[in-house]
Amino acid sequence: MEMDWYLGLSAVLFTIGVIGVLTRKNAIVIFMCAELMLNSVNLTLVSFSAQLGDVHGQILVFFALCVAAAEAAVGLAIIIAIYRNNLTVDVTKINLLRW
Amino acid sequence: METYLFILFATLAVAAAIGMISSRDTVNSALFLVLNLISVAGIFLLLKAQFLAVVQVLVYGGAIMVLFLFVIMLLNLSDEEQLLSRFSVRYAVGFFLGVIVLSQLLYAIASVTGTLPQIHPDMERVGTVEAIGDTLYTVYTLPVLVTAILLTAAVVGALLLAQRNISGKGDK
Repeated sequence: MEMDWYLGLSAVLFTIGVIGVLTRKNAIVIFMCAELMLNSVNLTLVSFSAQLGDVHGQILVFFALCVAAAEAAVGLAIIIAIYRNNLTVDVTKINLLRW
Repeated sequence: METYLFILFATLAVAAAIGMISSRDTVNSALFLVLNLISVAGIFLLLKAQFLAVVQVLVYGGAIMVLFLFVIMLLNLSDEEQLLSRFSVRYAVGFFLGVIVLSQLLYAIASVTGTLPQIHPDMERVGTVEAIGDTLYTVYTLPVLVTAILLTAAVVGALLLAQRNISGKGDK
């Protein structure tokens, strides 16, 4: 199997994540779409790594996973703090910094 | 055989992703994301990256998604109303930008199609825990240590952000 199918799948998953971020209003779902995009980029890195037979791409994916875990913890804490102040996670109703 | 497995996992991943962005209930979205992550782990296995497939299931499908489900449970959100009940500029712009991104990516991939090789024969050896650990703890020792600091900072920051009184003053 050629690599372009894996890259195409990664592109499709990334695009679904982009559409989710742009259309949904729930902050948690937006956050999950960001995770989806991170994951599709990981798929690209792994497929290039497999194509070159090189271990460094997989190590980059490992570090990306660590950053994703840290990001999930901090982001969800921010969402909890926002919910405490506003009693909503609807991003159209959180407009403190909007002009 | 490999092609059929790829088609199975790819269909599952794309269907779960579409289900995630189109389901009204946040818990359903999270469970669809788990399905998507596990099918991507299957694709990692097809690419012979065994270690990353296991880590994907453990860390992404296990730890991070449990965190998401806990937060959803904690906030006790009701279902989102009128997801697609009326047409709005938001959806039109979102889909338009999505189509642009997809066509750009596919154009870039299509320009190199046919020139990309198959899976490298060394990959059986490269994707194991042994090989990755070997490189990780010799070449990348400093980044591993920095990752430890990053995770500690994330835990402390999350605790600080999620606690009840951020200002530290005033009544309980």
